[in-house]
Amino acid sequence: MASAPLPVYNSNSLDISSCKNVSRESLRMELLTDAPLLPGEERVIDKDIIYICPFSGAIKGRVLISNYRLFFRNVDADPAVTLEVPLGAISRVEKMGGASSRGENSYGLDITCKDMRNLRFALKQEGHSRRDIFDILFRYAFPLSHGLQLFAFLSQEKFPENGWNVYNPMQEFRRQGLPNDQWRVTFLNSTYELCDTYPSILVVPYTASDEDLRRVATFRSRSRISVLSWIHPENQAVITRCSQPLVGMGGKRNRDDERYLELIRATNRTTSKLTIFDARPNVNAVANKATGGGYEGEDAYQNAELVFLDIQNIHVMRESLKKLKDIVFPNVEESHWLSSLESTHWLEHIKLVLSGAIQVADRISSGSSVVVHCSDGWDRTAQLSSLAMLMLDGYYRTLRGFQVLLEKEWLSFGHKFASRIGHGDKNHADADRSPIFLQFVDCVWQMTKQFPTAFEFNEHFLVTLLDHLYSCRFGTFLFNCESMREASEVKKKTVSLWSFINSEPSSYSNPFFTVDLSHVLYPVASMRHLELWVSYYIRWNPRIRQQQSPMEQRYKELLALKEQYLKKLEELQLSDRAPQVFPRGPHLSNSASPSPSSPPPRVTRLQTPF
Amino acid sequence: MFSLGSNGGKYTKPSFVSYVNPEKGNDALQEKNPVFLPGEVVFCSASPVLKCTHDDLLEGSIMGTLFCTNFRISFVSDQVLLEDVVQPFRNRLYGENDIPLTCVDQIYGDYDEKRKLITNTQMKNKHPNGIIVHCKDLRVFQFSLKLAKEEAAKKIFQGIVRHSLEPKSLRCIFAFSYCENIAGAPETQNKPRTLMFENIVDWMEEMKRTKGNCKLLEINKDFTISQKLPQFFFIPTNVLEKDLAAYQGKGVPIWCWSHHSGCALFKTASLPLVQEESFLRAQKLYMERMLNAVAHNYLYAVKAVDLSETLPSIQDIQQSYSRFKQNFLIDNIGEFWISDMKWFSTLETTRWLSIIRQCLHKAVEVVEYLEKENTNILLIEDGGTDLSCVISSLVQLMLDPHYRTLTGFQSLVQKEWVVGGHNFLERCNHLNNKDKESPVFLLFLECVWQLLQQHSLAFQFSETYLTVLSDSISVAIFSTFIFSSPYQRVSSMKTESQTHGSLLNIPSVWDWSLQFDCKSQEFLFNPLYREKSKQEKTRNKNQRPKPIRQLSLPNATPPKKYFFKEETESLRKMLRGTRISRWMHLSDSAQASVWEFYNAWQQKPLDYHGLLLPDLDGPAIRLWMQRYLRWIPEVQIFGGGDITLVNKITSLSQELEELRMELEQQVRQADPRCKSTETVNKSTIRMSCFFPFASCRSGSFKPAIPTSHCDGEMDMGHLAEREDEDTELTDNSVIRGCAD
Repeated sequence: MASAPLPVYNSNSLDISSCKNVSRESLRMELLTDAPLLPGEERVIDKDIIYICPFSGAIKGRVLISNYRLFFRNVDADPAVTLEVPLGAISRVEKMGGASSRGENSYGLDITCKDMRNLRFALKQEGHSRRDIFDILFRYAFPLSHGLQLFAFLSQEKFPENGWNVYNPMQEFRRQGLPNDQWRVTFLNSTYELCDTYPSILVVPYTASDEDLRRVATFRSRSRISVLSWIHPENQAVITRCSQPLVGMGGKRNRDDERYLELIRATNRTTSKLTIFDARPNVNAVANKATGGGYEGEDAYQNAELVFLDIQNIHVMRESLKKLKDIVFPNVEESHWLSSLESTHWLEHIKLVLSGAIQVADRISSGSSVVVHCSDGWDRTAQLSSLAMLMLDGYYRTLRGFQVLLEKEWLSFGHKFASRIGHGDKNHADADRSPIFLQFVDCVWQMTKQFPTAFEFNEHFLVTLLDHLYSCRFGTFLFNCESMREASEVKKKTVSLWSFINSEPSSYSNPFFTVDLSHVLYPVASMRHLELWVSYYIRWNPRIRQQQSPMEQRYKELLALKEQYLKKLEELQLSDRAPQVFPRGPHLSNSASPSPSSPPPRVTRLQTPF
Repeated sequence: MFSLGSNGGKYTKPSFVSYVNPEKGNDALQEKNPVFLPGEVVFCSASPVLKCTHDDLLEGSIMGTLFCTNFRISFVSDQVLLEDVVQPFRNRLYGENDIPLTCVDQIYGDYDEKRKLITNTQMKNKHPNGIIVHCKDLRVFQFSLKLAKEEAAKKIFQGIVRHSLEPKSLRCIFAFSYCENIAGAPETQNKPRTLMFENIVDWMEEMKRTKGNCKLLEINKDFTISQKLPQFFFIPTNVLEKDLAAYQGKGVPIWCWSHHSGCALFKTASLPLVQEESFLRAQKLYMERMLNAVAHNYLYAVKAVDLSETLPSIQDIQQSYSRFKQNFLIDNIGEFWISDMKWFSTLETTRWLSIIRQCLHKAVEVVEYLEKENTNILLIEDGGTDLSCVISSLVQLMLDPHYRTLTGFQSLVQKEWVVGGHNFLERCNHLNNKDKESPVFLLFLECVWQLLQQHSLAFQFSETYLTVLSDSISVAIFSTFIFSSPYQRVSSMKTESQTHGSLLNIPSVWDWSLQFDCKSQEFLFNPLYREKSKQEKTRNKNQRPKPIRQLSLPNATPPKKYFFKEETESLRKMLRGTRISRWMHLSDSAQASVWEFYNAWQQKPLDYHGLLLPDLDGPAIRLWMQRYLRWIPEVQIFGGGDITLVNKITSLSQELEELRMELEQQVRQADPRCKSTETVNKSTIRMSCFFPFASCRSGSFKPAIPTSHCDGEMDMGHLAEREDEDTELTDNSVIRGCAD
């Protein structure tokens, strides 16, 4: 017994308690040495802390804060509780309670996250124990407010794939059959001189000169002129996008702009009237005149039809998501679930965005070109054009195609990710923040739910996308527009999210995916079909089963079995062929039928699940 | 008329403006008869009648003849049916333009642009220009009578109203005429067969299967004890024979099911309320004896669960459902989109989903007692044949995988509902005496559907099976759903056979070949279901946990367990007529305990052949979309829905089966991979997500675009008026100035 290798196991030993204590201590010391760190990630502080779990109560453990994440692990490893939050996901850090606060665990930190959860930690009340951790968290969660760099610029991660190569605008336009006799590629914006929030490469009507474009730019908010997003391969109808016209109170007109839209209309023979989809509610479009904006008047644009899509602004969406969080975190509203859900209006907004996109897709597939805009053409416009393209073009429903869609419609066209998400910025109440991209991803999720075989990517992909929308681990979603990304050398200094995704595509792919290029995918934008994305919004709740769908599991099993069968078949064929003297070649198939003289093959019985 | 412009949203009343030239129509008219069932006779008919679809009058209207028979309202189109519309799933008894009389829910008359609900009293006066028929299976028909001759229109209107709305006698139910005209029902002896529980053998088999230990009673063979109880049933061994008849069978614990531990589930009807002290005392003693007997079944532990006290009443269920179903009977598309915005709160105010949740919750509670505490359970309910059927069946479905097979489920319905004496006749209102109508059985199917959609691999039958079963309730051809009790079934069949001179037999709904051909019957099975493999079976047998509780009575009663003494105290209160609602009511602790039980179960790996519990969270209880939305064109997702997944799994399974055969037969003419790729992408036909109920569509179609956005109803407050960006658009005007 004396030679027992580990004193901890020696329960008869006298100094059991001290042994245990020692090991406990050392355990504590080592507790977080095995915490997963990324290349380039550095530990900043670790500390004993109590995590106040909203589901299972106070949990003692230790927290580690690095320049990338907050990592927590409990002391009693059974059941193991770990918590991992990329600092980028934190929107607000507050002190909870004071040195004199009464009650257990009333002194500590309160952390609000962008990914639908809040975290609470309690510390010992003595000796300002939270001061250091609060300061560090505050610094590293909001590096831009403290003159530090975002983690994406510090990361040393390497991946076999280079995601920055996923999107090449020329290649994408060529895929669409562009340029053609109606549409040309212009490099007018190559130095972002025409429009600083637009991509450098634009596709415009062949008949519009560069001078025309410059003049049109003066009449569109932030110079975001109407340019091509997508062209229908058969009927040549196009989706073009822009910002609102600068009509103003006086109801100004601009001949160049009017002529320019007419040129767009004329690129396709079947468009008798160009449909202008103004994503805003009618009243908001009118109100915009007061600040110099407005909408296309009927008199001015004779061959155009204006349709308002009634989608609310970024502030309404932000409030809606806030309300949604209130009813799902930490606990799911029980007794009046449906009416509570309705009162958040979240799904109602989803419905309006989807139904707007359906209308765009419907016009296009019936051969009529459209112009989509909202106020600035970088929020609602991006949602509508990209969703319509997703409905119309099966390519965008593949894993790669979807990345191209995001790079094109969202990133290159200047959806203000930095402002909307507030990367590294401490100003949590910034009115510029809004979950527009999340709303878009939710719309995509609703589509995948309605068409479970039509998308090559799975739900895990969409969730990962949203996680890294906030994480700041990759350069993809940083900054507001292409020109700023270029100025900051994002492609050179950071890793693309697509490098990470495409290096292991199997975990993001949907086994049920069936290529179908012949149909437009119209989801049903009715509340009867829309549902809350439970596995995203309520995923922190342990009662929500985070499991692979049983159907997917079953399908994968069957696919594996099929592989097994095919392999077996092949083996049998090979073993059968072995004694034959025929060389292996294209003629083999003719002689592959079993000859009666060949020895009876081994009968292999494989158990099937049926 | 019904389709609205994009800025629409105004409610337009349906009207029956004819778009067909009547003279021209009349000339070409050729009356066609529907294909009649045996025993079916025509009461009246009218022609030409226009059948209109709700979304588009102009395109969707069909000319034809409307019939009213003793079985159905039938519309026969003048047009030659295009045969290329393949119906993969067809009912043999009635077609898509047939409404069985018992399936009629409500009829509205169209009186010069005014819509009135028709009741049988007001029909005498004037006949409407058209009628709108709401069906119990959620279909909606609109017929215009304008083109028919005055007399014929009046006659068909009155005929339809009389035969589908007026009270009638049991003998008028079509099943009786039908059974006289069919050869004795084909006794299909499939294996495994559905236990009908109409004889001792079935009961014995069930007892043997569950390894229970109760006493079989034959004393009610001729319904001498009670006309409410089955002919045969099991009771706890300790019940004295003399006690059986004391309250016409009320209060007698009827065995439902035995848990493998030995404890069992019983149900009973509560005793009549009395005021007089002596009667009360007698009742009290009686109930004590009964509970005592139940307790003796296993380890002297019993828990009485009064369902009348803790679950919604029969009237609540009826009210809730009639509000609920109204939301699916859509005859105006403008209305549909208006209601879309308030959909969730509308659903909630009907309380239907909440009633489903309550029933499932109660069942989980009972399951916990049986599974965790091994306590005998006695379900008590006023009549003993409504909610106790719901709860006892659900409990058995959760605990016993046998009932999740097709025949097991059917046996369960036979045992608990049909033979168990659920009053289908009145609850389904087949005779049009509204007062006792309540969709209790449908509520059960709803609960089963919730379990099915949460655990799609655990059931041998499909969602379609449940939908079809719910439809069959109102077809009135099946003995299953037309009687109020086994007594009524036995006695009226005896009378009928005597008058007819030969043994008559009304078929059971379980004979699915009556409704569907072999091909269609495949839709009733869940392709994802796997039978328990032999290995699993033997493994589980060896590992079956022994009941943990000691086989001696514990001295110290754990506080959580409900023992006999406590129960009688509560019972005393109940019998005094001062029922305290807190008695056995879901207290907070009970609620918490159910959560705990569920959570503990959820932690374990899911065994589809073991205990199955429902998730009761708000988002988890859902709308049975296939049943309720299948006829609404606006919500069909073509080429989508979970059905696409099921189809992929099915076709892969078939492919695997072929591969396996190939492997076995050693046929190697072609590379198997070439073959396998063929199955993918084989057709351009896009099925509806409500397949097999809605028709397929090929090629392109116009998407449904919401026509109403409820302007102004969405109160966004001041935020909505704000600009996305707070900056003024000045920078451009500067440039503009330059450009000008």
